[in-house]
Amino acid sequence: MSAPTMPALPVPSPRRRGVLAGWSWAGKLGLAVLTVLVLVALFAPWLQSHDIGEMSSAGVFQPMSAEHWLGTDYLGRDMLTRVVAGTPYTLGVAFAATLLACGFGAMLGLLAAVSGGWLDAALSRALDTLVSIPSKLLALVIIAGFGSQIALLVATAAIVYTPGCYRIVRSLAVNINAMDYIVVARARGESRGYIMRREILPNIWGPLLADMGLRFVYALRLLASLSFLGLGVQPPMADWGSLVRENLGALPMGGVSVVAPALAIAVLTIAVNLVIDNLPYARSDGEKG
Amino acid sequence: MNRTVARLVANRIAVGLLSLLAVSLVVFAITAVLPGDAAQEKLGQDATPEALAAMRKEMGLDTPAPERYVQWLGGVLRGDPGISPVTGGSVGEMIASRLPASLLLAALTAAFSVPIALALGILCALWRGSAFDRFVSMTSVAVVSVPEFLVATLAVLVFAVQLKWLPALSYTIDSSSTVDLLRSLAMPIVSLGSVIIAQMLRMTRAALIDQLREPYIEMVRLKGASPARTVLAHALPNAVGPIANAIALSLSYLLGGVIIIEVIFNYPGIAKLMVDAVTQRDMPLVQACAMIFCAAYLVFVTLADVCGIVANPRLRNQ
Repeated sequence: MSAPTMPALPVPSPRRRGVLAGWSWAGKLGLAVLTVLVLVALFAPWLQSHDIGEMSSAGVFQPMSAEHWLGTDYLGRDMLTRVVAGTPYTLGVAFAATLLACGFGAMLGLLAAVSGGWLDAALSRALDTLVSIPSKLLALVIIAGFGSQIALLVATAAIVYTPGCYRIVRSLAVNINAMDYIVVARARGESRGYIMRREILPNIWGPLLADMGLRFVYALRLLASLSFLGLGVQPPMADWGSLVRENLGALPMGGVSVVAPALAIAVLTIAVNLVIDNLPYARSDGEKG
Repeated sequence: MNRTVARLVANRIAVGLLSLLAVSLVVFAITAVLPGDAAQEKLGQDATPEALAAMRKEMGLDTPAPERYVQWLGGVLRGDPGISPVTGGSVGEMIASRLPASLLLAALTAAFSVPIALALGILCALWRGSAFDRFVSMTSVAVVSVPEFLVATLAVLVFAVQLKWLPALSYTIDSSSTVDLLRSLAMPIVSLGSVIIAQMLRMTRAALIDQLREPYIEMVRLKGASPARTVLAHALPNAVGPIANAIALSLSYLLGGVIIIEVIFNYPGIAKLMVDAVTQRDMPLVQACAMIFCAAYLVFVTLADVCGIVANPRLRNQ
């Protein structure tokens, strides 16, 4: 007797949708700008037209010229070189902090959702306490206690943004945790780690990714603000926030040396926002404090 | 107000106070316990054990951390948060001399931003999808997504440098007359206000549009009411709760903004005091300023929730 034949499954059409299908022109523009900035950050050491510390004979706070495309800063250094050299600090520190915050937050969120009970309650209460301190203030307090080396700045921003990611992941995971297939997995005797990693995590990647984009913008803003206050990246290193601070003296003359790094930050944050808006599962909300 | 509402409000306030207690624990732990031995840091690695012990005693570090926390908390509650090791002055007096300036800035900014934000938010909801709505919404998204110091820098560039309407970076508060006072405070207020207005108008617009999706609005439209009447006479009264909530939440953004604005304009307020204290690692001053900011923040957030509870008609007749 022949084996019962399976009914033919509908074969998915071979036509593949492009990754960017459904993206608005603004989203594509944002992605293009972001790609360029990431490339600049990766290849910053080879993109500098002048020596980073070289003081121009042209003088301080010079306007745009063929020699100095973005003018010179408060010490007469080439501004374009300074902005390019600041790119890895601006993007890198924020990116590292986002990865840490989301990795840690997601891990704790999954653990709380799967475990429930006292562990869930304790984690939620503890992280709620961190949320009731405005982000900039929490960062100031941590920096007062520990200082502002690069590694500490990454850790500070990671601590500030872990609770937000924890909340999102926990609320998503709690819903999935009530599904039948999780009950089945438990009945099979799968471990907590297996359920977190193999059953829940694959189902929350989309929202988690959109949330990471949002945290990245927050981290970027926080770190730039800290550098602007003189408490972030310390000289001789400089991110774009520090560049705005250093060249504030050019402001009353409308100097390009203060406008250029400020515009760079604006372009970066808006580009990232445009990209997030086009990610699936994006949600838009504000940030406290 | 009936008993259900009163009980919910009392609960919410109790939660707020508990949060503040938890926050004080976090602030103290981060600034005074986790960083390690302050005496060791002050004296360096090769200090003799006797010198270390003496320094610990002098700094009050010879008592265990929980005891120091209780002492510190008691001091803060009595209005005596200790002596600054950097200036040698009383932290309480330093704060008292700076606090009024910050409160003035915050109050004037709130008085100026709330009406503008409400008007813009209501107009956007009224003309939803129009060019006006799209322009205002996009501008406000841009303003809230960039750092505050950027908004301040650009505001100075536009209003003071290009248009010359306002004095650029005036470092003094001229209080000889009300007009002079407002003129000297104009740039900080405009910069801080832009951020608050952007935040608040977005929330007002969202609260109103939420109401406009309700079935009773459909009914109002079917009766033939004009769009203005639909929004102003029907949706707005029902959105008062969410809008009051939005105003209180947006005002809590003042706290983050004021830190940047006071530094950029060199304004003699408590936020500038705190940033300077962080730079000099003046811990008692940092702790006290942080507690004031956290308390103010929790007041706003609690107030937002209380507005939501009081305005919820479903709780009123139970």
